[in-house]
Amino acid sequence: MPLTDSLRDDILASVPSLRAFAISLSGNGDRADDLVQETLLRALANIDSFQPGSNLAAWLFTILRNLFRSDYRKRRREVEDAEGSYAKTLKTQPAQSAHLEFEEFRAALEKLPQDQREALILVGASGFSYEDAAAICGCAVGTIKSRVNRARSKLSALLYVDGAEDFGPDETVRAVIGGSGG
Amino acid sequence: MKLQGLNPRGSVEQVMKDVKPQASKNAAPGKQGGLNAEIQSRIGHQLRAMYDDIVRQGVPDRFADLIRKLDLPEADPQTGNTGGQTVKNDGRE
Repeated sequence: MPLTDSLRDDILASVPSLRAFAISLSGNGDRADDLVQETLLRALANIDSFQPGSNLAAWLFTILRNLFRSDYRKRRREVEDAEGSYAKTLKTQPAQSAHLEFEEFRAALEKLPQDQREALILVGASGFSYEDAAAICGCAVGTIKSRVNRARSKLSALLYVDGAEDFGPDETVRAVIGGSGG
Repeated sequence: MKLQGLNPRGSVEQVMKDVKPQASKNAAPGKQGGLNAEIQSRIGHQLRAMYDDIVRQGVPDRFADLIRKLDLPEADPQTGNTGGQTVKNDGRE
């Protein structure tokens, strides 16, 4: 479909949630905005392949998610090198208790495996249906559901339960019950 | 016949019998049931709070400008060159 005024407005209107998705995924504001910019450029360059009447937000989120994935693989080593200094920037935040809780939450979110984190954000924050989230991530609906569930219980364990002790049995359970894996 | 002693599978089955009930004991009631409602709603709340906080920042100028510029009806293809790559003109003019 050609780039009409209303389509352009719709793309602009999606920018705030694209940013929120990018920042939640990457935990890094600057890099997130670069991701959003590249997403917009790709979307506009490929606007002909967008099906009118289909879910524009889901289409844009798919582009961003795929860009993040390929970017992540490329940068993995760099990120690991920089991890120490990034952890420091998190800890220099003012120690108001609300803010501290917020940072704790973000840190816990960062500890989730990528598959689980993106599923949780798409369903729990962006407000996509399980079906849309599955389409965005290119997997089955059941896979999304189990990723979301695992993300939730892992966050609970990290934030509210005594962490270390709870992961042992959890792994065992997964090994015994699972096997079908995502 | 004492199959148990001879058949190696016997021991595997035995292990599975031991593991299964123990696993379900750990999985269901203690964890899932205990942390449920309150903690889960708290996590959902925090997740949305973090997300909505960013959504509320609106559209930064850089993106509004970007879309506006790219929307110009091919007045000047040169300005569309945002990446580091050179756009070839495929021989026109």
